Amino acid sequence: MSEFPSRAKCVVIGAGIVGNCLVGHLSKLGWTDMVLIDKGPLPNPGGSTGHASNFIFPTDHNKEMALLTLASQKQYIDMGMNGTCGGIEVARTPERLEEFNRRMTSAKAWGIDSKLLTPAEIKELVPFVNEKILLGGFYTPSVSVVDSLQTGTLMRESAVKAGHAKVFANTEVLDLEVVNGTIKAVVTNKGRIEAEYVVVACGVWSPRIAQMAGANIPLTPAVHQMADVGPIDVLQKTNAEVAFPIIRDMDTFCYERQSTGSMEVGSYAHRAIFMHPDDIPSNEASALSPTELPLTQDDFDPQMEQAIELMEMLGDAEIKYAINGLLSLTPDAMPVLGETVEVRNLWSAAAVWIKEGPGIAQLVAEWMTYGYPHLCDPHSSDISRFYPHEKTDHHIYARCDEHFNKTYGIVHPREQWGTQRDMRRSPFYPREEAAGATFFDARGWERPQWFASNAKLVDKFKDQCEPRESEWDGRWWSPITNAEHLQMRESVGMVDLTAFNEFDFTGPGVVQFLQYMCVNNVDVPVGRSVYTPLLTPGGGFRGDLTIMRLGNEHFRVITGAFDGGRDKYWFTKYMPQDGSVVFTDMSGALCTIGVWGPNAEKTMAKATQNINAEGKLVPFDVSQANFPYGSVRDVLIDGVPATMFRISYVGENGWEVYTKMEHGLRMWDSIAKAGEEFEIIPVGMGVYAVTGRIEKGYRLMGAELESEYNPVEAGLNRAKVKSADFIGKAEYLKARDEKPAAIMCTLEIIDHTSKAGIKRYPTGGNEPILTKNGERIVDSKGRVSRVTTAGAAPSLGKYLLLAYLTPEHAVEGNELRVMYMNELFPVRVARVGSQPLFDPTDSRMKS
Amino acid sequence: MSVLAIIEHDRGTLTSASLGVLTAARNLAQQMNTTMEALTIGANADALRSVAAQYGATVVHQAHHDALTDFGPEAWGEAAAQIITSLSPQLVMGSGTERGHEVVAQIAARLDLPASMNCTEFDSSFDGTQPLKVVRARWGGSLLEQAEVDAPIKIVTLANHTVEPTEAPTTSTTNVIDVQLDASVLHSIVRDRVERVAGVTLATASVVVSGGRGVGSAEAFAPLEELAALLGGVVGCSRAVTNNGWRNHTDQVGQTGTRIAPDIYIACGISGAIQHWVGAMASKNILAINLDQEANIVTKSGYAVIGDLHKVVPAVSAEIRRRRGV
Amino acid sequence: MKILVCVKRVPAPGARINITDDGQQVDTAFLGFTVSPHEECAVEAAVQLVEQHGGEVTVLTLGPAEAEEQLRTAVSVGAAKAVLVPIDGQDWDPQRTASAIASVVNELESANGSFDLILFGNESADSCGYQVGVRAALKLARPMVNGAKGIEIDGASAKIRRESDAGQDIYVLPMPAAVGVKEGINLPRYPTMKGRLASKKVDISRSETTASVGGLKMIQLQRPPERASNTQILGTGPEAASAIVDLLEELGVFK
Repeated sequence: MSEFPSRAKCVVIGAGIVGNCLVGHLSKLGWTDMVLIDKGPLPNPGGSTGHASNFIFPTDHNKEMALLTLASQKQYIDMGMNGTCGGIEVARTPERLEEFNRRMTSAKAWGIDSKLLTPAEIKELVPFVNEKILLGGFYTPSVSVVDSLQTGTLMRESAVKAGHAKVFANTEVLDLEVVNGTIKAVVTNKGRIEAEYVVVACGVWSPRIAQMAGANIPLTPAVHQMADVGPIDVLQKTNAEVAFPIIRDMDTFCYERQSTGSMEVGSYAHRAIFMHPDDIPSNEASALSPTELPLTQDDFDPQMEQAIELMEMLGDAEIKYAINGLLSLTPDAMPVLGETVEVRNLWSAAAVWIKEGPGIAQLVAEWMTYGYPHLCDPHSSDISRFYPHEKTDHHIYARCDEHFNKTYGIVHPREQWGTQRDMRRSPFYPREEAAGATFFDARGWERPQWFASNAKLVDKFKDQCEPRESEWDGRWWSPITNAEHLQMRESVGMVDLTAFNEFDFTGPGVVQFLQYMCVNNVDVPVGRSVYTPLLTPGGGFRGDLTIMRLGNEHFRVITGAFDGGRDKYWFTKYMPQDGSVVFTDMSGALCTIGVWGPNAEKTMAKATQNINAEGKLVPFDVSQANFPYGSVRDVLIDGVPATMFRISYVGENGWEVYTKMEHGLRMWDSIAKAGEEFEIIPVGMGVYAVTGRIEKGYRLMGAELESEYNPVEAGLNRAKVKSADFIGKAEYLKARDEKPAAIMCTLEIIDHTSKAGIKRYPTGGNEPILTKNGERIVDSKGRVSRVTTAGAAPSLGKYLLLAYLTPEHAVEGNELRVMYMNELFPVRVARVGSQPLFDPTDSRMKS
Repeated sequence: MSVLAIIEHDRGTLTSASLGVLTAARNLAQQMNTTMEALTIGANADALRSVAAQYGATVVHQAHHDALTDFGPEAWGEAAAQIITSLSPQLVMGSGTERGHEVVAQIAARLDLPASMNCTEFDSSFDGTQPLKVVRARWGGSLLEQAEVDAPIKIVTLANHTVEPTEAPTTSTTNVIDVQLDASVLHSIVRDRVERVAGVTLATASVVVSGGRGVGSAEAFAPLEELAALLGGVVGCSRAVTNNGWRNHTDQVGQTGTRIAPDIYIACGISGAIQHWVGAMASKNILAINLDQEANIVTKSGYAVIGDLHKVVPAVSAEIRRRRGV
Repeated sequence: MKILVCVKRVPAPGARINITDDGQQVDTAFLGFTVSPHEECAVEAAVQLVEQHGGEVTVLTLGPAEAEEQLRTAVSVGAAKAVLVPIDGQDWDPQRTASAIASVVNELESANGSFDLILFGNESADSCGYQVGVRAALKLARPMVNGAKGIEIDGASAKIRRESDAGQDIYVLPMPAAVGVKEGINLPRYPTMKGRLASKKVDISRSETTASVGGLKMIQLQRPPERASNTQILGTGPEAASAIVDLLEELGVFK
């Protein structure tokens, strides 16, 4: 056994599916000096990989997860580690059958061959199921079982054979050394090793290891129960690892997977059982392995009854092996990937399951090599997404407890969390509550989605408030949103935007720094603003935000509730270390009200004052002449110092009005009072984030804007490119010279009527845009056309979809299809590029 | 006042564990400043008096009864109990073997006294008057227990192989005692014996050649069978193998299979998962043949060969045949 | 025939058994519990005998309330009745345990008639005391043999097969009798799913009893000294064959 090195370019901790594949991929990308360590023995160090059931059902509603899973499956296939057996999700309830239509739609989007089965057809494929209790199935022939241990071994060996990695098993990490906020060394029981990069790929132990460096990887080890029962004749006779399709009994949250002569029964139906990483027993003290804990039988008994109901033969099979297996759960059920926010060059590759392991390893390897992944945008897996309150055990346990039983659940795209609510309230909350707000959760913020107090407006605008005949389409939605929208466009509305993040950057180096971060020129006059994308080194979207220049050396970045963590990390990562730029997170100090509509100017004219040159309090001139679009002014609102920013995300004249949290309620009341005569109403996020936005074709980070797409494709490129260098500039210039492979378009649904004769309204969950013949549209870079946002456009009397289309299809008037719930609906390309459908010249905003 | 050592024998043949008992009992007697005496049960063991004397027994008590022709736990226990009652030794020690434990349990039960089995250490300050502090093996030796025996007569067994036998010849007297045995204790005397025939089992084999997932198929076990046959051993396997249907569960070594204790365990292509290790860890020697030198089994084994079992195992068989000249 | 099997709830540890800080117990925080292996085989032996000869298996344990789990496991593989003799806290010493079992058996027998066979494990996996069965059998005036690797019923007697260095010894005990069973007598079956579900419905009767403390007192547990593992690599690939055979010769397994 080779001598333990004292130095390496990169140390990967954890030799499970992720760590092994990561050294393999890094080796391919040119990393030549790596060390892989694990505290357990090889090839099975005792983590979750060792007891995984190792099957892959590729269809996922989430794009990121679907792409990572498909990429992983391809790698398993390429290594000869993928055994195709097919898989059937079976339905016992009508709701589940309907969900299968949705799954057919997602399968279509990702190009996965799937079909719906009748109970009799299920029986044909799997003769031992009791089809009498089933209503149907969702069959995917490409479902497979993989050998994750052997895959890991091959990937690890490929790096070792290339001379790029050394491997040390039975090597326990005792400490991680950090110097000046950067990882320095890994201290193990075999010695200390200095490293430029360290990756924590320790599965359920990841939080414990990261903690040694003062970094936080928010996940919890959680129990997934499984039992191996057999031998069973019909399975033994097949003489194969898996001869029958794997059954997922979706309504009982249970699966049955053949394992040679026996059947593995696994469950996601039991109560959530968590364990702290520090409490996981050592390899030596474990009866089986550290992550194969004794089955708590009472939790599993209901599953056995349901399993026997589905497959009677299981009743007489012996329970040979049964465990409380540990796996990793995160508060939002997505992986935790990327450089930790606390420690430079300390990376996390955690909370990864077998089905997406190799793909995620590739993604992290690319991220470490290129500065951002190429495989897909890790937007929802990015470790920097978490806000501080989301990294606490309190939050992790509450959310994991809530979503564990949804592993096989039917989760609506707009579904709201029930736990960890009321974490963050704006100062306007009492007024909103009084107005009957339905609050949605925005990363801890309670944000009104619509107001019951506006219900009467539904009658006023009843022709433009489409009823949603399908319960699914109308779930987590209200026609009040349309009414609020129309009232705002008719007069004026106020929107609680407190969930915004405000980041202040000050100091002598601030212009140079922000120029480097942003695509557009930030060196504008004081009192002006910049809307700008942030790019990845590869020229894709990394962020999308506005910046106000408040002083010569003072800029304020405004970004949305869902990207605050990611953007904060991205800015601070690149900030100069010499003190020439100072960062202050103002998000908790400021609250914001959006005031928009034809009467916004009149409202704010009444509400605002300032102190003139003579020191006298006078009405403030809010006219476009004095206060043009895109500019920022300090005012007084009933004595409250506030900052007004003339901008709009809903296409109306008006402002974002900022003040300190403690002044908020008074400011709200002042504006409401000033707007009384114009029948000002509170307007919910249903308008701000969907209807108002989609009528204007405004793009949203994480939906239309992803690292896979560039500003040219999104239609957000400007006529000129600034001379200053910025991240992604070279790729951006290249993209400007090329014909875009895809163009962001707005589509309208021509006919909503389904086969059942009711009108359907796609929710905007990656529904594929298809040709009239029902074929997928895939661009030259392999990206599929799918709905990124869907929503009503009440002022246009349309229902709109945003989607990237290939140039061939991106032709206004072109008729296509959208698949929704496994049905095709005709759509028309209404707009190519970013010009809005509503008020195309933006005259309302600027007059 | 004495320490009494119970000599275990089978039809007059001494068992090796008895020598350790004689030695340990003698050491304790010295410490207690008293004599070590020995007890044989059945006239067929009378000849063992010389061995007892060789190991320092000053008196050898010989329990006689017509029925004591073979081992019988209840008859032996009753006979010993009667003699102990009349001798009143301070300490009685039996051997830490299956029969030894059983006889000592019978003695203790009949005298309604405590018994401490599998002792590995005795309090060096014990003088016979106070409670006896011992260390005894639990969990088959995986754990030790400090215990205290509080009784007028301390009854113990000595864990096997904890005391190296040493001779201390002395002149001894013989004391033949005819014991009275009720018919009720005679049922459990050995009625018949089937002498051992050729053929070894996984549990008793001195050599086990075992294969894991790395073997690859049922057919690929043939070279392992050949090597086992050459060494007079048997073939075992890991759970992965039985799960794959390559071999029967009866061949499975491990927590859920058989726990083995051969002289050498040759583990071929076995990663050494803990559930397997638990079954194999009592092996006196372990040789791992594995491609991966970081495998658990390799790091835990005394000996290892890094390589492909499909090549190494046939080469070993060939070498054995070569040395044997066949 | 009626068979009683006495079982003990014991932890199922890994390769290293940790003990609690006070040294009084095995640290079972993350361990499962099982029926002590010899007794697992005793349950299987009893179930097989009843399958052959008819009758009923009762399983009894003296232990904490949680030991119901082990009783249900026994029921799930074929025992019909289950009796818990509840104790609080620490294990009882062997004398006390045997007395308690004997008195409960007397109660059970006076209520429902005599057991033809009472089976024990040869010794418990955890405390390795080798005596509870022997003591209980004596109190119950049953003939008793330990180490059974085979039990056959021949009319009114039980023929016990037991391994010794010389071969297999045969004992014949008139019933009612007691037998200490040793692992290897059979390969115990695992519970089936149906068996498990059925076992949940069985009533577990509780027999409270008292017994006086015996003279063997556990003071403290301790771990044996660690054995350092130092792997000797004999070689790489088939070229190592010669070194392997040298080793076999050295160990005396190849002559």
